[in-house]
Amino acid sequence: MYDLRDVGKVFGDGTIALDGLSLVVGTGEHVAIIGPSGAGKTTLFRILNLTLRPSSGAVRLNGVSVTTLSDDGLRRARMRIGTIYQQHNLVGRLRVVHNVLAGNLGRWSTSRALYSLVRPQGVEGATRALSQVGIPEKLYARTDELSGGQQQRVAIARVLVQDPDVILADEPVSSVDPSLAVSIVALLRDLSHESRKTLLMNLHSVELALTYFPRIVGIRDGRVYFDLSPDKVSRELLEALYAGHRDDELQLERLEQGSPHGAGPYGGACRPLPGFGR
Amino acid sequence: MAQARTGEPAGLSPASAGSDSFPYGLTAAFAATLLGSLYVAQVDPRRLVEGDVLGNVARFVRGAFPPNLSPEFLSLMVRPAIETIQISVIGTVIAMLIGFPLGLLAASSLTWSGILHERRTRFGRWALGFVPYAAARALLSLFRSIPEYVWAFMFVRAVGLGPFPGVLAIGVAYGGMLGKVYSEIMEGINPRPLESLHAAGVGRLRVVLYGLVPQALPAFVSYSLYRWECAIRASAILGLVGAGGLGQQVELSMRMFQFDEVLTLLGIMFVLVAAVDFISGRIRAGLLR
Repeated sequence: MYDLRDVGKVFGDGTIALDGLSLVVGTGEHVAIIGPSGAGKTTLFRILNLTLRPSSGAVRLNGVSVTTLSDDGLRRARMRIGTIYQQHNLVGRLRVVHNVLAGNLGRWSTSRALYSLVRPQGVEGATRALSQVGIPEKLYARTDELSGGQQQRVAIARVLVQDPDVILADEPVSSVDPSLAVSIVALLRDLSHESRKTLLMNLHSVELALTYFPRIVGIRDGRVYFDLSPDKVSRELLEALYAGHRDDELQLERLEQGSPHGAGPYGGACRPLPGFGR
Repeated sequence: MAQARTGEPAGLSPASAGSDSFPYGLTAAFAATLLGSLYVAQVDPRRLVEGDVLGNVARFVRGAFPPNLSPEFLSLMVRPAIETIQISVIGTVIAMLIGFPLGLLAASSLTWSGILHERRTRFGRWALGFVPYAAARALLSLFRSIPEYVWAFMFVRAVGLGPFPGVLAIGVAYGGMLGKVYSEIMEGINPRPLESLHAAGVGRLRVVLYGLVPQALPAFVSYSLYRWECAIRASAILGLVGAGGLGQQVELSMRMFQFDEVLTLLGIMFVLVAAVDFISGRIRAGLLR
C-alpha cells in the first residue's frame, strides 16, 4: 500500500517536521501511530493523504511514486484515500445528508453535485452509512446541531460513502469525550476490517492504541522511533518516546495505575476482531 | 513636541509604549487638517446670510409647500418610481454577477496561498494563482474607486439617456464593492472543510460548492441586500445625470422651478428607501438565525 523511504519535510519557515522517516504499510493492515506532540504525526498524515509534498525522500502508493502523478492522477489517487480529522472538517450549516453524500463528490459531476444540494442523490447510501455508524435518525439534522462525537460519526459515514482503500484518521477522538473515544476507535477498526480497508490512526491515547491495534509505530523528532506489536511495547520504550513531554508522561502514569478496560495495557494482546475466534 | 510635553499634564496621554509626545503631535496634525479644510473648502458662515440667500431659501420653501399631490402628477410619477426600483434591482444583480467570479479569484486562500495549494510548485502557484488573483484585485479596485455617479455619467455618454446607463453604473461600481467584500468573506471562512474535500480528490469547483458556499452564503446574501439598499438611494440620484428614474424627474422639476413637485418626489424617494430598508432588514434577520 504505502512505501515511504527517508521522507523529509521542511516547511517554508525552516521547521523540520519529518527527518528521514521510513515506513512500509501493507494492504489491509491496521497501524496506530503514537508519539509526543510536535513529532511530525500530522505532517506524516498529510503526506500520506497526498495534500503535502515531501521535501525529500520517496513516497510510493501502490507502487507508484506520488511525485510523478499528474494533477488528474493525483486527484484520482486521493479519491482512494479517506481522511478523518480531529474536528471541524464538516460544513456545519449543511444538513447531515449533504455532508455524508459529499463522500461521492470525487465521482460526481459538478452539475450532479449542485443538483444534490436541492434533491439529495442516492440517499439510501447515506442512510446505510449512518446506520453503520449508529445515528440513522440524524439524516436530515443540521450538522452543527450535533454533539462532537456525533459529528465525528458523520465524518466516518462520509468516508464510508467515499469507499476508499485506506482510511487515515488523524487524532479522530482528541476532541470527544473519553468514553465516546473508545466506541469511535472501535467503530473505525471494525468498519475497516469488514470492508478490508487499510487503517492508519494517529492517536494521542497510548492506551487506545495498545488495545485496538496489532501494530504500533512510535514517532519522535520526525522519524520512526519504534515499530512493534503492542505486546513488545514496554514502559521504558514509551517513556523514552515521550521523554520531555510532561502531559504525555502524566498519561503514562495514569496508564500504569490500571486500565478501565480490564486487561492491563502492557503486553496485553490486541482485542480480538469481530468474526475472529476469541 | 518638547514644548507640549513640558506644558501639559502627563496624565492626558495614555501610557503608550514609545514616544509619549505622539498623541500631541497627532492632535496638532488633526487640528491643522481641520483648519486647513475649513479654509480650502471655503466654509464661511457669513455667506449663509449675506445677499439673497435667505430669500432664495424662502422662495424654495414657499414654492415647495404644499407639495404637488395632484392625481395627474402622481400618476405620471408611478413609472419613474418603478423604474428607480428596477434600476436598483437589476443593477444589484449585475453587481453580484460581476462580484462573485472576481471575488473568487481575488480570495488569496482560494487562488494561491494556504492549504489548498501547498502541493503546487512555486512557479505553478505564481502563474496559475497569483497572476489572476492580482488581476482580479486590480479590476475590483478600478470598478469601485470610480463613484457610481461618474460611471453613470460615462455610460450616459456611451449608451444614451435612460435607465440603462444607471443599471450599468450600479452594476460596475457595486460589482467592485461586492467582489472585494465577497473575497474577504471567503478568506475568513473555516478552511478545514475545504481541505477535507480536497484531500478526498474532489475537484476545485465542487470544493467551492460544498465547502465554501454554504459557509459564506449568509454573509453574501446579507451584504448583497445591504448593497441593494444603497443601490436604491443611488438609483434615485443617478437620474440627475440623465440615467432615468426619479432623479431625472427631480432634475426636470428643479429646472422648471416646480418646487412643489420636487418635495413630492423627495417624499416618494423617502418611502421607497424606507420600504427597501424594511424588506431587506427582515430578510437578513431571518438569515442570521
